[in-house]
Amino acid sequence: MALLQVNDLEVSFDMRSGSVKALQDINFSIERGDRVGIVGESGAGKSVLGFSILNLISRPGSITGGNVLFEDRDLANLSAKELRDIRGNRISMIFQDPMMTLNPVLTIGTQMIECLQAHRKINKNDAKKIAIQKLQQVYIPSPETRLDQYPHELSGGMRQRIVIAIGLLMDPEIIIADEPTTALDVTIQAEIMELILELCERNHVALIMITHDLGVISQVTNRLFVMYSGRIIEQGPTKEIINDAQHPYTQGLINALPQMTIRGERLQQIPGSMPSLNTRITGCVFHPRCEHAENTCTRTHPKYTTSGGCKVACHMVEKMKSQPLLSE
Amino acid sequence: MLAFLIKRLAQAIAVMFVISIISFSIQDNLGDPLRELVGQSVSEAERQALRDELGLNDPFITQYLRFAGKALQGDLGTSYFFKKPALEVILSKLSATLDLVFGATLIIISFSVPFGVYCALKPQNWFAKTIMGLSTIGISVPVFLTAIGLIYIFAIELGWAPAFGRGETGSFLGLWDSAFLTKDGLAHLVLPSITLASIMLPLFIRLIRSEMQEVLQSEYVRFAWAKGLFPNRIHYVHALKNTMLPVITVGGVQIGTMVAYTILTETVFQWPGMGFLFLEAVNRVDTPLIVAYLIVVGAIFIFVNTVVDIIYGLVNPTVKLIGNK
Repeated sequence: MALLQVNDLEVSFDMRSGSVKALQDINFSIERGDRVGIVGESGAGKSVLGFSILNLISRPGSITGGNVLFEDRDLANLSAKELRDIRGNRISMIFQDPMMTLNPVLTIGTQMIECLQAHRKINKNDAKKIAIQKLQQVYIPSPETRLDQYPHELSGGMRQRIVIAIGLLMDPEIIIADEPTTALDVTIQAEIMELILELCERNHVALIMITHDLGVISQVTNRLFVMYSGRIIEQGPTKEIINDAQHPYTQGLINALPQMTIRGERLQQIPGSMPSLNTRITGCVFHPRCEHAENTCTRTHPKYTTSGGCKVACHMVEKMKSQPLLSE
Repeated sequence: MLAFLIKRLAQAIAVMFVISIISFSIQDNLGDPLRELVGQSVSEAERQALRDELGLNDPFITQYLRFAGKALQGDLGTSYFFKKPALEVILSKLSATLDLVFGATLIIISFSVPFGVYCALKPQNWFAKTIMGLSTIGISVPVFLTAIGLIYIFAIELGWAPAFGRGETGSFLGLWDSAFLTKDGLAHLVLPSITLASIMLPLFIRLIRSEMQEVLQSEYVRFAWAKGLFPNRIHYVHALKNTMLPVITVGGVQIGTMVAYTILTETVFQWPGMGFLFLEAVNRVDTPLIVAYLIVVGAIFIFVNTVVDIIYGLVNPTVKLIGNK
């Protein structure tokens, strides 16, 4: 039994113009202590995937197919009470922008204690002690005084530490981190990443890291999902994908990293941009931007092919291996 | 807090200065005061002498300074009609108007918050839709029509509540009389209060609903769900508290505006308050009374807004009343 199992997940948004699939064919499983990365451009469906694990997709979106099993229980079928029991308790989530995640009119202490009190019978003083202890774990100086402060009195990095501390309050099995550093200063980003990594390793927590920063992913995670237009198009061990990406999209992402470019040359970018979910593309969703695309790519969506430890959804994997492009 | 109040006082003085200039210019332009004083049988020479004596021929600035100097001592002139100091006449009607405003505010608060929150939480529910529909009608129906409708139904047809006057008033520690203190007074208060509330209530329901809906979409509410909190805690602590911040600000201005709206309500219900008096004063071209009314209402406006700002500062931790450290 996997800790978290996602089977054929499909999430749709009911728009005025009709239903739009934000996620489809999502399959993966996560065990205790796993550290999984989800990468992709903006709009690829990374955050929707993160939220659907907690069944927290905002309207008009909903899970329209497949399921998310947490300890073999289907999250879509749970009652509100059972769901509440998982959220913040077994699975917690760190949001993108710490400036927006904390309630501006409640003190840090209130926002921590209420979480503890929602999940177990505990008096205020004991809850306070746990809160202080968790704040210490995320290296917040003088935690006692922080409890009485409001979010606006603290810096962005400090707030994200507090959000992480809130996520740790109930010692969850899984932490979903939705681009936890994008809203922060570059200098703070590394600190926060290191902190998340350290806490997950120490407490043996499974981590799902959503980001578009491949550099971060390679340091923090051991498995990687590359998403494009609502699908996982490549998955496998992080090292293998970073060193030898099979899918043209993943290759494009890696080549677009500034480190991959010779000084003075233009950045290599993937031509075009991700299609909006409204436009229906037949065949492989990536083919309009793919330099390897052939006729088959425009007709059918590729099935996964196994290549080393990775699974890749691309028709051209074998062909690309035997005849690399002349330009390379 | 003290620094805030001092700053507020300085602003108040500036605002009152502007109000006094405006009201004084009105006084200066509302017909010829001599006609009110002496009638038509007095000769032009005598009028001219009287004008000089009263200082009406002095330049505007001189006249204004004389007016302001007296006003600072609490003398806003003598009502032509009542032959009493205008300020005294106005203030004697203040308690009646405040009764009405207080009654209406009470109705607005006790209905708009639960209705607004309900409509935000269950927008698809038939009851919420009914409230929203009625509120649209409520906004569009003018006060005097509401008043006449209420009088017709509840006073004439059903005979449940009196249609005019303030009824008996009770005295609060001998300092203040209020219709809230007697049964008869309360009965008289019902219809006028509902009428006065009818303009603002739909507005507030809509305001609270839309503010709350916006807050419910916010990241911190989503995070609260992700924390696994109880729905009641999310709705009434996390969301409601943030919803009320803009509502308090708008509410303060509206309560001030309501003092002005009492003119219509008081006239229809013959409520012996400042608004009713003001309309009479306009009919009689009783300029000192008009000026006194404007100044008193301005002062009430400033007072209410200051109180609202203090409340806002207490509710919203990001606002510091103490000023910058």
